[in-house]
Amino acid sequence: MTDFTPMAGAMGGILIGLSAVLLMAGAGRVAGLSGIFGGLFTMAWNSEKGWRAMFIVGLLAGTAVTAALGGIDSASITFAGGPALLVAGGLLVGGGTALGSGCTSGHGICGLSRLSLRSLVATLIFMAVAAATVFVTRHVVGS
Amino acid sequence: MKQVAVLVAGLLFGAGLTMSAMVNPAKILNFLDIAGTWDPTLIFVMGAGLLVTFVGYRIVLKRQAPLFEKRFVLPSAQGIDTRLVAGAALFGLGWGLTGFCPGPAVASLVFGNWQSWLFVASMAAGTVAMRIISRALALPAATTLVEG
Repeated sequence: MTDFTPMAGAMGGILIGLSAVLLMAGAGRVAGLSGIFGGLFTMAWNSEKGWRAMFIVGLLAGTAVTAALGGIDSASITFAGGPALLVAGGLLVGGGTALGSGCTSGHGICGLSRLSLRSLVATLIFMAVAAATVFVTRHVVGS
Repeated sequence: MKQVAVLVAGLLFGAGLTMSAMVNPAKILNFLDIAGTWDPTLIFVMGAGLLVTFVGYRIVLKRQAPLFEKRFVLPSAQGIDTRLVAGAALFGLGWGLTGFCPGPAVASLVFGNWQSWLFVASMAAGTVAMRIISRALALPAATTLVEG
């Protein structure tokens, strides 16, 4: 069980939105985390990797500082499943986002904000598949 | 200055993910568990994020160029192709199994949980593998980043 936290959620969403707008205004880039993080592993070291690394440094620092200031109780973080599931899930997320050119931030926030039909289709698909997956794992297969 | 803007953007993103608890897979899985312990928080996260980004993009993209870069680099792929659909489905499956998508997973590394590190390592491996497979199969690049 996790509590419904609309205010904290909305505030967090506003910050994410500001991040995306700043990245576009400042550096002309889409704040798509699959491409930003994935690009660190698939690109030759050049300016393409430099700004990505800087963004990830900021991401990690922002997370750590916010948590330190009480933004989250890290003890509340709960994981589903064991190592095999995490490896399988990671491979699927890494491979799927590379193949589909985006994730929840790239397609779901940035793509939809640009009124991209591709992003709308992608978002509807990954949301539906994810919900169906949870339904099967929680209500069909096990508890 | 560009690097400062990028760094601050990263800071904001991390702060947003943490404040909204998106770094907690349980919150995501409960959002997806519509038939069970439904937690609609993600709707507010994405809704607020979309509102801000939509308005912000409309203002920013009217400019000739970004502040600290020569041109906007926007995805130019058109059309709904197999790669997009298949990729989204695979991503959705992985997200539904773990409650992790790329941003929150990387952000959660700072908490030091082995689960995060294992997931992120696997995610990196999955991306590299997909690039190799795509090249081997000579799949055309779905997205060409061009000047917007």
